[in-house]
Amino acid sequence: MTLNANLHAQLALLPGYLHGHVALCGAALGLGLCVSLPLALAVARSPRARGPVMAAVSIFQTIPGLALLALMVPLLGAFGFWPALTALVLYSMLPIVRNTVTGIAQVDPELVEAGRGLGMTERQVLTRVQLPLALPVIVAGVRTAAVWVVGIATLSTPVGQVSLGNFIFGGLQTRNWTAVGVGCAAAAALALALDGLLALLERAARGRSRRRLGAALAGLALVFGGGALAPRLTPASPSAEPAPRHARARGDTSPVAPIAAIRVGAKAFTEQYILAALLTQRLEGAGLKVEAVTGLGSTIAFDALTKNRIDVYVDYTGTLWSSAMKRSDPAPSWRVQSELAGWLATTYGVRDLGALGFQNTYALAMRRAQAQALGIRTIDDLARHAHTLRLGTDYEFLQRPEWTHLREAYGLRFASKTAFDPTFMYQAVAREQVDVITAFSTDGRIDTLDLVTLDDDRRAFPPYQAVVLLSPRAADDRRVIAALTPLLGALSLSRMRAANASVDRSADKKTPAQAARALWPGPR
Amino acid sequence: MIQLIGVSQRYGAVDALQGVSLTVARGEWVALVGESGSGKTSILKLINALARPSAGRVQVDGQDVARADPIALRRSIGMVFQRFALLPHLTVARNVAVVPELLGWARPAIDARVDELLEQVGLPAAAYRDRMPRALSGGQQQRVGLARALAARPRILLMDEPFGSLDPLTRDALGRQVRALHGALGLTTVMVTHDVTCALLLADRVAVLHQGRLLQVATPEALMRAPADDRVRALIETPRQQASRLAALQAGS
Repeated sequence: MTLNANLHAQLALLPGYLHGHVALCGAALGLGLCVSLPLALAVARSPRARGPVMAAVSIFQTIPGLALLALMVPLLGAFGFWPALTALVLYSMLPIVRNTVTGIAQVDPELVEAGRGLGMTERQVLTRVQLPLALPVIVAGVRTAAVWVVGIATLSTPVGQVSLGNFIFGGLQTRNWTAVGVGCAAAAALALALDGLLALLERAARGRSRRRLGAALAGLALVFGGGALAPRLTPASPSAEPAPRHARARGDTSPVAPIAAIRVGAKAFTEQYILAALLTQRLEGAGLKVEAVTGLGSTIAFDALTKNRIDVYVDYTGTLWSSAMKRSDPAPSWRVQSELAGWLATTYGVRDLGALGFQNTYALAMRRAQAQALGIRTIDDLARHAHTLRLGTDYEFLQRPEWTHLREAYGLRFASKTAFDPTFMYQAVAREQVDVITAFSTDGRIDTLDLVTLDDDRRAFPPYQAVVLLSPRAADDRRVIAALTPLLGALSLSRMRAANASVDRSADKKTPAQAARALWPGPR
Repeated sequence: MIQLIGVSQRYGAVDALQGVSLTVARGEWVALVGESGSGKTSILKLINALARPSAGRVQVDGQDVARADPIALRRSIGMVFQRFALLPHLTVARNVAVVPELLGWARPAIDARVDELLEQVGLPAAAYRDRMPRALSGGQQQRVGLARALAARPRILLMDEPFGSLDPLTRDALGRQVRALHGALGLTTVMVTHDVTCALLLADRVAVLHQGRLLQVATPEALMRAPADDRVRALIETPRQQASRLAALQAGS
């Protein structure tokens, strides 16, 4: 795929992602203002409340954006729009509350006293003296909040809200830097546009200029209205991936009601994007309507499935065994699969449709040259040298029970441990910044970077069969089952690895949809 | 008519006023003088209910201020502030119109009144009504402040150091102008000032305050002639000396 074609494909996704982003930011800023302004006015009146309230709104700033967004999922028991909205509202509060309180406090006390002396009520002092004089400071706070919210909203992709972050997370995982660039440029342009329009609104309010006021309001209407209507104005070209519609969490649909649109989920890495595209193509081929919800955090995908927020995605038995079932005992693949399927059905009503045929296990991988020089072929060999070697992992590995189990099974002690985004983890081992990485067995980069995977003789890693999971409401949907059953057992490790490589490589790069079609060229 | 009857006021452990009784007759101009912290400004705040006495009563036109609606009371009293206190985000006209707007006057009536007042205080309406306060000199700003105080046709005018931040020439001209308006409009005026000369020259009677107590209330002539004690004597000594030295200079020239 040429750069130009890639850019074109990314731009075709822009309306859908922009819509999700603008709807989220608009709602967050509107709600943030509605909450923050009255709070700030109350605080401005009672100085005693000032300390505690400012401390409370400041605390939200100290929580990293991604963590705050992730926390909202279990706190609200929801997924997608609402947790993202809640986190962004909390983020927007500090600059608005702080600037409003400061702005009002900075108004010359003699003017406040004069207002009272002239016979203004406390409310009139507020609306005729304090607020107009504090307005520039308040608007500055709103502008700061707008820029923050637009930026942090890109982090709402992993909790299931479609945003411009889909470009960034998806692009990062599939090493599609054009996608990352498009996402960043769109977010920056949106932030600058909002900031400029709010500044214009402020000048209009101060200068009492109706013309400027009209221009600013028209501009804001264009940004929010245009963003909201974007998917309708620009229909995605048929060759592009289906533009995901916004993934707002809706109330649970009754399991017996016919499902209007099947929501296909994907975690945030290449294989998941390809498999989601494959599931989508199969379902659409069966005449079903499909919505894609991609770039989900690992455990969020499973939570979303149990709550019917997504209907189908591919997960891995080992992941579910340890993260969902909280099991750490090693077991053969057939036992993991059967116990897991029973547990999923009885605990959540989730259906394990079956295995696709390949395993995507964690595997420790090294540069071939170094492994040969040190005579390392198995993890047992590695354990003797580990204290001189540096380990690179993905974000979650060191928190996962597999790591505890692996470490104890082999007595592994590394010289250092560093967590990376998976894309950068592979680059780090290739550039000799780390020596051992937690690779995935299906990853095409194992071959391209000339890495070797080490044998796990003690079977410390549980099996990671790729299985297709159906949400409770889709568990008995015959159309879905019929469309997806042909995939079971049909995907070998080598074919999956080749498909992943075709998306990850730099030359002759495929989109996940193209890779999926190559993987399963069957009738649509 | 304004009456303070045995008024005391405490701020925490500090006695701002102690047993002050003072009557300001209708149409009279009384100046309150004394050093900083003597309680001058406290008296103004008691009259327009910005503060409440700890003991004693304050009456305006026979009505106890404590029982009046403070908002209505303040709107019926004109107030001029020390550093002008014009609202910087409003034009001259909107500043003058503040109280009529609060009272809900009709827009044409407000516009007519604003123009009339600006002419009265010596600022041609056509040239000044749409200007912003920061574009005016100190004297012009205080003229706007005066127009604002008089906008709703109050019977009582309270002034807190009205000429304190003006240069001597402007102070003198504006002082005489206010005195003329006071007479023409039949106002009852209470002016706080630390400028004893200004008080002696403008007021009908001068009230001397010291540490919250009223030392003497008298006409300027009586005060000059028979100060009640050494503290009052000391207060009027400077203007007296200045006057006699000026007189000597004039006689010599």
